[in-house]
Amino acid sequence: MAPILDIKHLYKNYGSTEILKDINVTIEKGDFLVLVGPSGCGKSTLLNCIAGLEEITSGSIEIDGRDMTHVSPKDRDIAMVFQSYALYPTMSVAKNITFGMKVRGIPQEEQDRKLSEVAKQLQIEQLLKRRPGQLSGGQRQRVAMGRALVRDPALFLFDEPLSNLDAKLRVEMRSEIKKLHHRLGASMVYVTHDQIEAMTLATKIVVMKGGVIQQIGTPSEIYNHPANTFVADFMGSPPMNLIPARAHSEGNGTKLEIDREGLEPIFLNVPRKDLPGEVVVGVRPEDLAEAGYRSGDTVQRAAIRVDMVEPAGADTFVTTHMGGKMITARLHAETVAHPGEMLDLEFDLEKVTFFEPASGQRI
Amino acid sequence: MTDATLTQTGREPRSAGALIGRRLLRWGLYALLCLFALYYLLPLFVMLTTSLKSLEEIRTGSLVALPREVTFDAWGKAWSGACTGIQCEGLRPFFWNSVMMAVPGVLLSTLIGALNGYIFAQWRFRGANLFFAFLLFGCFIPFQVVLLPMARMLGIFGLAGTIPGLIFVHTIYGLGFTTLFFRNYYVTIPHELVRAAKIDGAGFFRIFWSIFLPLSLPIAVVTIIWQFTQIWNDFLFGVSFSSAGSQPITVALNNIVNSTTGVKEYNVDMAAAIIAGLPTLFVYIVAGKYFIRGLTAGSVKG
Repeated sequence: MAPILDIKHLYKNYGSTEILKDINVTIEKGDFLVLVGPSGCGKSTLLNCIAGLEEITSGSIEIDGRDMTHVSPKDRDIAMVFQSYALYPTMSVAKNITFGMKVRGIPQEEQDRKLSEVAKQLQIEQLLKRRPGQLSGGQRQRVAMGRALVRDPALFLFDEPLSNLDAKLRVEMRSEIKKLHHRLGASMVYVTHDQIEAMTLATKIVVMKGGVIQQIGTPSEIYNHPANTFVADFMGSPPMNLIPARAHSEGNGTKLEIDREGLEPIFLNVPRKDLPGEVVVGVRPEDLAEAGYRSGDTVQRAAIRVDMVEPAGADTFVTTHMGGKMITARLHAETVAHPGEMLDLEFDLEKVTFFEPASGQRI
Repeated sequence: MTDATLTQTGREPRSAGALIGRRLLRWGLYALLCLFALYYLLPLFVMLTTSLKSLEEIRTGSLVALPREVTFDAWGKAWSGACTGIQCEGLRPFFWNSVMMAVPGVLLSTLIGALNGYIFAQWRFRGANLFFAFLLFGCFIPFQVVLLPMARMLGIFGLAGTIPGLIFVHTIYGLGFTTLFFRNYYVTIPHELVRAAKIDGAGFFRIFWSIFLPLSLPIAVVTIIWQFTQIWNDFLFGVSFSSAGSQPITVALNNIVNSTTGVKEYNVDMAAAIIAGLPTLFVYIVAGKYFIRGLTAGSVKG
């Protein structure tokens, strides 16, 4: 079966500035693709290119097996939910949802049937007569989704749909979108700058920076095997610790030496032989634990000096300095630690990632 | 701390003087405003009272005195009997000329202005800024400059000396402002609305008609008030591009005032001037209410 979305060698320029460079993305039916990156990375532009709201400079876009590169948005078999919801202010909720069908000349009975179906699905039946101005943010969000749902398209596009909601509602709507995706088995492309949204929703993540794709992969691939230091730093909260170290070959492994200001260097042994003399060691905060909690060949203990303690309810974050960088450890809530004192930490090096210092690429 | 207490106690005796000073200033302000209001309203008062007096009373009484005996004879004569040159039918035919000119002129220029504004605000095209600059230039061009070329154009179109000709001229020269008004209103509407409608399958005119026009009540009212006032009160185009049968009311008013023979009928002149000015006042009062209502109803910010 042809992929639902197939983007090949897509370039987008504004004048002489390249906004998107050689984008290649494929998703299958039922995939939930999340485009994530800092603002200005080109993710929204890419979405607009898929929607046909922006012309592309070169390359091709296929949707559901058909070449859509130069097809107008209305004929691409897509539906889109916008950041500002973009509800038509003078129309009632019902009219907002049926506007597209009305424009397409779909018979009235069909419109009514689909409207009530979608309204029931999204639990907005009691709002159908209201104007968008009389709705709360979450309700507007639902109406915007309803407008997309009635189209029953090959591909759903979401442009940061949750960024205007408050934190609590955002989490709620996030799980609703996820449920919707499961129920419909629909294919979706979703743009966000929020890496937690990306991790929780996606079946496939595209991390972008400066108009270039940094990595494509499942959430766990992106999280556990970041392709470079940018991805490692961007995904995860708090981000992955990136510790500069020197590597000394020793026996059938490597000894890592991590400098510390005013303290002895830390030495860690890793069973790898292929490391250059200088590396950046990537360790997730949750792979730094209090002494006694972890076991196995990959766990090594070292004493660190605590800089700061941040209790966050479920976890306590402890920060220290290593190799000139601030390092965060995600510890148990009941951990007792005091700034300025020493604390024994266990480094769980099972999932450790190494990066080349100059290029930032994973070794 | 001690500094703060010092300044506080230091302010005590001064505040009484400041209070008196403020009060004096306030009263001075009121007095000045009343003076200006009087200055503005006195001519209207004189016009109204004079139009209600008989000629006899005008000759003998004082200019600012109230009429001893109220009579509407002058109004009747101004409406249907005063002479504009050789014709003596009053303002009535010219009033309808003005209505026939102003209503289509206002509607056309407003509608085209809305369409222009929609394009400039939501459908940016190459050279849009240049076009917009030219249109703005049209707002500030002195109309005397265009009289001769426009007369020539109207001649070519076969519209010289007709009401449709006047409608044409007023529509063209209204476009600068109406476009500006609508463009500035529509730029505040998020582009995502057009994008959403495009994905819904709506085209250029459908989006304008179904989404933008219904949003436009407040700015449409502003534009209509502006355009109606401009077109109704215009004298220059009216006197240049009309013939005997198509003169607007402003030209007729001028003729009434200037072509009186024998005794000057001030009461008729005043009544005629008020009649000529009433429609703009009426539009402002009626539409002004909708203007405020439209402002609140239009507050659909997302």
